[in-house]
Order: sequence, then C-alpha cells, then structure tokens
Amino acid sequence: MIQFTYLAVLFGCLAAALWLEPVLKVGVLRRRRRLLFTLGVVAAGFLVWDVAAVAVGHWSYDPRQIIGVWLPGSLPLEEVLFFLVIPTCTILGFEAVRRVLRWPAGDESGNGEER
Amino acid sequence: MSYTTAAVLGAAAAVLVDVVLLRTRLILRGVWWVTYALVLCFQLISNGILAGRGVVRYDPAAIIGIRVAYAPVEDLLFGFALVLTTLSVWVWLGRRDRAPR
Repeated sequence: MIQFTYLAVLFGCLAAALWLEPVLKVGVLRRRRRLLFTLGVVAAGFLVWDVAAVAVGHWSYDPRQIIGVWLPGSLPLEEVLFFLVIPTCTILGFEAVRRVLRWPAGDESGNGEER
Repeated sequence: MSYTTAAVLGAAAAVLVDVVLLRTRLILRGVWWVTYALVLCFQLISNGILAGRGVVRYDPAAIIGIRVAYAPVEDLLFGFALVLTTLSVWVWLGRRDRAPR
C-alpha cells in the first residue's frame, strides 16, 4: 500500500476541494476551456522548474512511495498530476472565497459566465 | 543555484506575472490573501505529509535548513508562486472573455 502514498495525498486534496463545485456552484469545472488553458500554462511552466530541480538534485522522490510510472525528465506520474490537481483545487478555493465574501477579483462584469 | 535562490526567484517572478505581465494585480486584493491563507493551510497538511514521510526528499545542501511542518521553508515560496501564477492566469483569461470584440 505504501506505493500509493503520494497518490493518496493528491486524492485527499481533490476530496477537500471538489465538493465546492456542486455545493457552492462555483462553476470552475464547467468553464472547461478556461480551466484547461490555465492548467496547461501553469503545469508547463512549473514542470520545467521541476525537471531542472530534479536534474540538479534539489529534490528526489522515494521510489517506494510512488506507483512507479516514470515520465520524461525523471518525474513520477504523481508529480505531473500534482500540477493539475493543486491548481484545480486552488481555483476552486478562489472561486468559493469570492462567492462567499462577494469581494471583487477584477474579472467581473454584469453578464459574465457567473450566472 | 540552490533551491533557496530558485524559490525566491520563482516567487518574485510570480509577482511580476501578476503585477506587470498580466496586470491582474491580485496581490493587491483581499480575495487573493484570503484564498492564499486557505490554500496555505492545506499546503502545510499535504506538503507536510509528503515531506514528513519522505515521499519527496530534499538535498540538505540545496536548502537553508529551516523547516515548517516538516517541509523546507523554500516550499512555501514555491507554493506561493504556484498559487499566484495559477490565479493570475485564471483571472486574466476571465477578463479576456469579457473584453469587447
């Protein structure tokens, strides 16, 4: 079971945030293109940092605690999923906060996609 | 370059993306700081598990040595950069969707 440690942490993050979509109706997953574009840009940028950091030895992964699927750049599959899961959870949290507090973030308009 | 230096540069780059490149200026808004505080709590838990259980292992020579919830303090800057960049791009796209064509 120990090989699922990293994966379990990612599932825990998703579990902590995904309920915001149906319960607070934040509409993040529904805005698919905007979400996918954001994830693409952010993941691409941070994976470059990640690959470089692994290459120079800033950090490494315990092979016993990952499922063992390695991707180019010596990254475990979980690490790539990390850069999809964490930004998604972040956006869900952000949209939930602005929905609850009704504070502006700068992309509001009278007839946006928020309906 | 150490992770310490990279983390400081990464956080600074994220602020530049937010303030200068995309002009979303989230760091001047309350909604950003409330969101960041929330995400930070979850980072301390999830990253604490990853670092504490040794899923991710850090080269002692690459970090300054201060740890917060088992993880190097540098990870806080890394997380700040990741969260700010994500929300800056997200809000920037939201603005573009609304721009008159």
